[in-house]
Amino acid sequence: MKIAVCVKQVPDSAAKLVAVDGKANWGDSPLVINPWDEYAVEAALQQAEAHNGSVIAVSIGGENSKEALKHALAMGCSEAILISDDTLTQMDSQVTSRVLAAAIKKIGEVDLAFLGRQAIDTDTGLTAAQTARLLGWPALTLVAVITGVDPSARTIRVERSAEEGRLTASSRLPAVLSIVKDFCEPRYPSFMGIRKASRAVIPVWTLADLGLGTLKANITWLELINPPQRQITTEMITGASPQEIAENLADKIMAEKIL
Amino acid sequence: MNKIWVYIDQFKGEALPTSWEGISAGKMLAGQLGGGVTALIFGKGVEAIASQAFQYGADEVLLADDPSLDDYRSEPYSALLAKLASESSPEVILFPTTTRGRELAAMAAIDLNTGVLPDVTALEVKDGSLIATRPIYAGKLMCKVSCLTRPQLVTLRGRAFAKLPPEASRTGTLTKASPVMSEADILTKVESYSAGEAGVSLTDASVVVSGGRGVSNNPSLTPPAGLDEKQAEIWKAQQGFKLIEDLAQVIHAAVGASRAAVDAGYIPYAHQVGQTGKVISPDLYIACGISGAIQHQAGMRTSKVIVAINRDAEAPIFKLARYGVVGDLYAIIPALTEAFRKRLGK
Repeated sequence: MKIAVCVKQVPDSAAKLVAVDGKANWGDSPLVINPWDEYAVEAALQQAEAHNGSVIAVSIGGENSKEALKHALAMGCSEAILISDDTLTQMDSQVTSRVLAAAIKKIGEVDLAFLGRQAIDTDTGLTAAQTARLLGWPALTLVAVITGVDPSARTIRVERSAEEGRLTASSRLPAVLSIVKDFCEPRYPSFMGIRKASRAVIPVWTLADLGLGTLKANITWLELINPPQRQITTEMITGASPQEIAENLADKIMAEKIL
Repeated sequence: MNKIWVYIDQFKGEALPTSWEGISAGKMLAGQLGGGVTALIFGKGVEAIASQAFQYGADEVLLADDPSLDDYRSEPYSALLAKLASESSPEVILFPTTTRGRELAAMAAIDLNTGVLPDVTALEVKDGSLIATRPIYAGKLMCKVSCLTRPQLVTLRGRAFAKLPPEASRTGTLTKASPVMSEADILTKVESYSAGEAGVSLTDASVVVSGGRGVSNNPSLTPPAGLDEKQAEIWKAQQGFKLIEDLAQVIHAAVGASRAAVDAGYIPYAHQVGQTGKVISPDLYIACGISGAIQHQAGMRTSKVIVAINRDAEAPIFKLARYGVVGDLYAIIPALTEAFRKRLGK
């Protein structure tokens, strides 16, 4: 079975972000694989292990995006591909999805494509569904459990998470899946994996390699701003006993007229 | 047909209340772009939602009621939405940022070759186009974005727009639509559904009480015999979360947790508030035993009133808090539950 997993490189979740001259600045914080994508890599590897398959990791970005791919390789992916093109300056989720869908087609005979639920930088959460739509494949988004994949019958059954609980859905292969944190803890890269990843040669594909012309974003970014600073005066509530503290605090909260 | 459409998300024939926020946001836009608001309702046996939509302010309802639309599925729903929109060319389609709303907007946008502005917290109209404000990097930054193509698809963050009070006498025009896919052509089947935990939903809640790593920190509790160190810690934390649940019940709050508490196995992931959990902005957020790592702040910093209860006076959470208590949550929380029970007459 052939499996693709799409990963993105993002600033670490502990990074402090500031808008400087209309650009996001994360200081010295490292760039890492998008935390949600680690769950996607884990799910992809589990399917490959269960069905004697292999996993190809795909990312879009500059040379530095290779680090996210190397993390995926170190976790156990067998190949990685970076898509990089000077014309990819204005990206939106639709452009990203067009590139990923074209890459998945070019890889060929992919049975399952995995993505994280969203990237922690742009937070759009649209890419998995849009990639599926462009491929014409079923979108099984927000998957918490893969209950069964039958490569010969070409079927898949999953549990998806929704506001109301879990939905069991079944569909056909090939399919696009996005994975949520409930799935299970992603594995750590192994020592051997890290060594292999550090030596890996990652091919770079351009839009021309994918048979794509210049792609135009439908969404335009007008402004990037720091969130308004909240002026908060913290009032410390004290008292002679926990009961007195609680009474004082309850009075303050009641005075806010929320409850 | 109106220029402003609002998708009403429903589950098992019940509209999600956050959908009504879209109607009031739509009316604000219609005030500037002209016309009225059309609510879209897809499902099976959902005609009752149409009268609710009128009561919440819709001028027109476009209703597709069919067995093939019983459970939300992305293929028939997005195909139908795209067909209706390509026939009538609305300027704007608003969705709630629910799991279904976001996915439907994403897929219909591909069919319509247009853009989606997801998880929007504010909208303005300039030269006939929307300018949407949305948080990125989990709210550490905000951006203003617009869509160059039509229709402009927008998903609204829950609780960012107020809903109108329903008017029982309000009514409007009902137009019926038919599905565009037959059951045989739909690849995905929904087989079953298992309900999540009962209780107040985190994202809709106006009051949230959350627990963190500190919830397990009670030296005076003795765990039952036979537990190893890790199990004993989880057992202690669960006793702590029971106190939080009691408080939540009295003040009608949802229960949240920090990532540290979820990762330590104290409480399921569905409760996680933060950058890799839920991003919420309730009117009141009570953080118990949560130090306030930047990833947690990203999930709750826009709450209106924040209360922090922590042993450590230096915990970063106090910098966000309107009211702070330095003390033992095992003593403070039960006393606070009692204090509210008296005041709220429960």
